Amino acid sequence: MAELTLVEAINDCFHVELGRDPDVMVLGEDVGRAGGVFRATAGLRDTFGPDRCFDTPLAEAGIMGAAVGLCMAGWRPVCEMQYDAFSYPGLDQLITHVGRYRWRTGGAMAFPLTIRMPYGGGVRAPELHDDSPETYYVHTPGVKVAIPSTPADAKGLLAAAIRSDDPVVVLEPKLHYRTLRGEVPEGEHVVELGKARIAREGSDVTLVAYGSMVPLCERAADELAGECSCEVLDVRTLKPLDEEALLASAAKTGRVVIVQEAPRTAGYGAELAAVLAEKAMLDLRGPVLRVTGYDVPYPYWQIEDAYMPSVERVARAVRKLLEY
Amino acid sequence: MAQVVPAERDLRRVIGDGDAVPDGEVEGLTEHDLLELHRSLVLLRTYDERSVVYHRQGRIGTYAIFWNHEAMQAGSVYALEDEDWIFPSYRESAIGLLRGMPARTILQWWRGHPSGWWNPADYNVASICVPIATHVPHAAGLAWGKKLRGETAVAIAYFGDGATSEGSFHEGANFAAVTGAPVVLFCNNNQWAISTPLSAQTRADALVDKAVGYGIPGIRVDGGDVLAVYEATREAVARARTGGGPTLIEAVTYRAAPHATADDPSAYIDPERVEEERKNECVGRYERYLRRLGVLDEAAAEQVRAEAAELMRTGIAEAEAEPPADVALVFEHAHVDPLPAFEDDLRELRGG
Ligand SMILES: Cc1ncc(C[n+]2csc(CCOP(=O)(O)OP(=O)(O)O)c2C)c(N)n1
Ligand SMILES: [Mg+2]
Repeated sequence: MAELTLVEAINDCFHVELGRDPDVMVLGEDVGRAGGVFRATAGLRDTFGPDRCFDTPLAEAGIMGAAVGLCMAGWRPVCEMQYDAFSYPGLDQLITHVGRYRWRTGGAMAFPLTIRMPYGGGVRAPELHDDSPETYYVHTPGVKVAIPSTPADAKGLLAAAIRSDDPVVVLEPKLHYRTLRGEVPEGEHVVELGKARIAREGSDVTLVAYGSMVPLCERAADELAGECSCEVLDVRTLKPLDEEALLASAAKTGRVVIVQEAPRTAGYGAELAAVLAEKAMLDLRGPVLRVTGYDVPYPYWQIEDAYMPSVERVARAVRKLLEY
Repeated sequence: MAQVVPAERDLRRVIGDGDAVPDGEVEGLTEHDLLELHRSLVLLRTYDERSVVYHRQGRIGTYAIFWNHEAMQAGSVYALEDEDWIFPSYRESAIGLLRGMPARTILQWWRGHPSGWWNPADYNVASICVPIATHVPHAAGLAWGKKLRGETAVAIAYFGDGATSEGSFHEGANFAAVTGAPVVLFCNNNQWAISTPLSAQTRADALVDKAVGYGIPGIRVDGGDVLAVYEATREAVARARTGGGPTLIEAVTYRAAPHATADDPSAYIDPERVEEERKNECVGRYERYLRRLGVLDEAAAEQVRAEAAELMRTGIAEAEAEPPADVALVFEHAHVDPLPAFEDDLRELRGG
């Protein structure tokens, strides 16, 4: 095991996966010569050549669209969107083709492409470098979505995405690219899609989160340690959701608080709450609560902390639920 | 060789008008080739005309008519090798016929039956693209991907004049140019995007001028002249296959039929211009050319038409004989690994 930052783990994954499968290639803006603006693809161009780590023109729909064609030519393309909000020009391709092409061929052709991007706020960046767009992706039929919260999962989920014959979108918490370090298995490391992870065992309340909200929930659990025992469930794969793990934890604690950075309305937390309403009614001792971002454009960075779910807001929700 | 009519901005033509404009010929085409092109034209024309009838009879759904677009499709496909990939829009829905796809399959597509979806690799014909211009990057990606693998296949993408205003056209064309992808960007300039005339689509003098912006060659050709289209595409394909990258072909024609069966063009189109175009439609034009050349004998032409008509009779009969699709298909094929919820969903759908 090596101690790596989250972004180093992603880079490690690329070196392993491009090394083991000659059909895997990386394309995106500034991924080659620069090694990616966050250096996630550093060294790939030197090791595997400019064709397998390709600097594309500045064109997100072009990147995703070309990747569809590359799949038809037998490649397994991994597309980097430079930032969360700059993936929006590519949504057209994602919705109209990436998620539909296999279906359109009656299952005859596979589209094993991966789209990955840094997402989320808290990094004191200018406008449109802070979005949490997971719902757009989750809501697109034919596409799977994963969000790691640890370096090991960043490597393992990306490897699973690359090896999946279905298109997978991986969102990486850029806030923790360099601030989070952890043990990462060396060599091949795959974390199966569709499996949640208990980040922390607890018995009174379950905090359900993914990505950058997982470390936040762990801090909230620390904060609440004298009052109650919090379980933290890291969803890891948003689609397909590990319902079993969610329902098991809800059954165990009887209380659920969902924490999501994205705007509230119709966010992924609403889906989690709906699953609990449908399948965990009798296990719950109180309402499912959500702590989320607000239904506003992600704010200017001087006041961005007001938008982000905080330890205090999570703790408040937990206390409210315990009193219910 | 193709000739250029100076008044018409580099518009390449081969077929004359039987009067002041003399006939040309395309080097290397044998009499057999000329008749094969005729067969392709008749096949497409028959498919189109029968489809309009089937629509009226309620046997297929809404249908995008390609009457007078056959020369662009038949001429360009004849310039391809079997290994080359075709990326059609809805306007080229029946182009697979030229690659041996059964009429049944395409009719089922327009009937909304799942058996109308095919495996692109069976014919090297991609799925029919409905969202305008979004398949241009696919053609670029496929061609580039083949080139990276050392394969020699070329891709051709068909799109309309309106499509050149879309971001996807631009991103795809630029991507193809930058990667040197062996692609032919084939623009069917029928001068209308539903009710929007070309003049409201662009201020460019000619669509072919857009090639300059991508640093790629452009060819402007008479889209109603199957031989000129063939020759232009042959040139573009040869360049692509030998490492010369993409070419933009602007084939100029005129939409002489409604956009689709659901469209009533009387509100926007000039009926006299349409009448004029219909008189000069591409299949008749080619048949007159072949007759002037003494190549087309009427009995043989009749035979070709009869074969095409039979193919359509068989196609629609087979399509209609196919059992209705099972609702379980709703959940199939979108994923390699279906979502866990689908099992419950299907049970619920069946009333269980
Ligand atoms: C992205 C997108 N926008 C709008 C439409 C609706 N639409 C269908 S055909 C058409 C006109 C296309 O014109 P053109 O590109 O000239 O092709 P043509 O139909 O003339 O062959 C429009 C607007 C669509 N299919 N896709
Ligand atoms: Mg048009």
